[in-house]
Amino acid sequence: MESPRVIGPLQSNRLSSRARSDERKLLQRLQNGDEQAFAELVDRYGAVMLRVAGLYVQSGAVAEDVVQETWMRVLTSLDRFEGRSSLRTWIFAILGNCARRRARREGRCVPLAAVDGDGPSVPAGRFFSRTHPRWARMWATPVDDWETVSDERLVAGETRERLREALDALPARCALVFVLRDAEGWSGDEVCELLGLTAANQRVLLHRARSRVRAAMEQYVEETSG
Amino acid sequence: MTDTVAYTCQELVEVVTDYLEGGLSQPERLAFERHVGICPPCRGYLAQLRRVVRSAAALQEDEELPPSLREGLLRSFRDWKAERPS
Repeated sequence: MESPRVIGPLQSNRLSSRARSDERKLLQRLQNGDEQAFAELVDRYGAVMLRVAGLYVQSGAVAEDVVQETWMRVLTSLDRFEGRSSLRTWIFAILGNCARRRARREGRCVPLAAVDGDGPSVPAGRFFSRTHPRWARMWATPVDDWETVSDERLVAGETRERLREALDALPARCALVFVLRDAEGWSGDEVCELLGLTAANQRVLLHRARSRVRAAMEQYVEETSG
Repeated sequence: MTDTVAYTCQELVEVVTDYLEGGLSQPERLAFERHVGICPPCRGYLAQLRRVVRSAAALQEDEELPPSLREGLLRSFRDWKAERPS
């Protein structure tokens, strides 16, 4: 029997109960006016908030404004936060509102619902042609399973740089879905809610980003092998 | 009629995320697993995509806020703290 261990959907990445209790403590400290707690939250979410804001508004400076406005609103409504959602969900909901309001003021229409087509995940040249008598559309080139490639090598500084380039070459929203899901560990539902995506569109964007990052990694592994 | 779905390798690489996200129908999922079970390159491809997902967290480690924005936020915090009714 083939071992089924490589198969089977991934566990979804919801905020763990530990992360929740972490958040509660942070919230308590924040309500007590602890600047260190605020700095921790800013460092945890600030960069990705800037990325989200950048989807809606024209310039980096305005995106920074939106993030600044968001945190002020977070602080001034802190007493009204009831903890029905996670603190993170609440902060990003406020961010979404601020960013959309600013985009409207800029007269900017954000086509958030559309997901355009894109090229294949793997170039067609890697497969036998569709008219091949025996192996139509099957792999024509080897695929390494990377079992001998260490984690250290895959996330080394140089690799990270290459991956970041691959990510930066993607449409902003596509890169953002990858960052939220795979780097930040958000669930699919949370990402759909924040970005106004259907589950299917969210998967399309996620797959596109993962495919590009995989291709960049593959190229890097091949270049640095042997 | 049980075998209504079958993937070529070229089709399979397009649905890996759908598979990992539970977005395939039952017959599609079974066809996916059947294919991967007998196709080493596709098994390798699936393993690669899982590695991408696992390595992604490291990507975020060097994302930082511009220092001026961070300082501005901390200043705002102090203002908020000074002004709020205690």
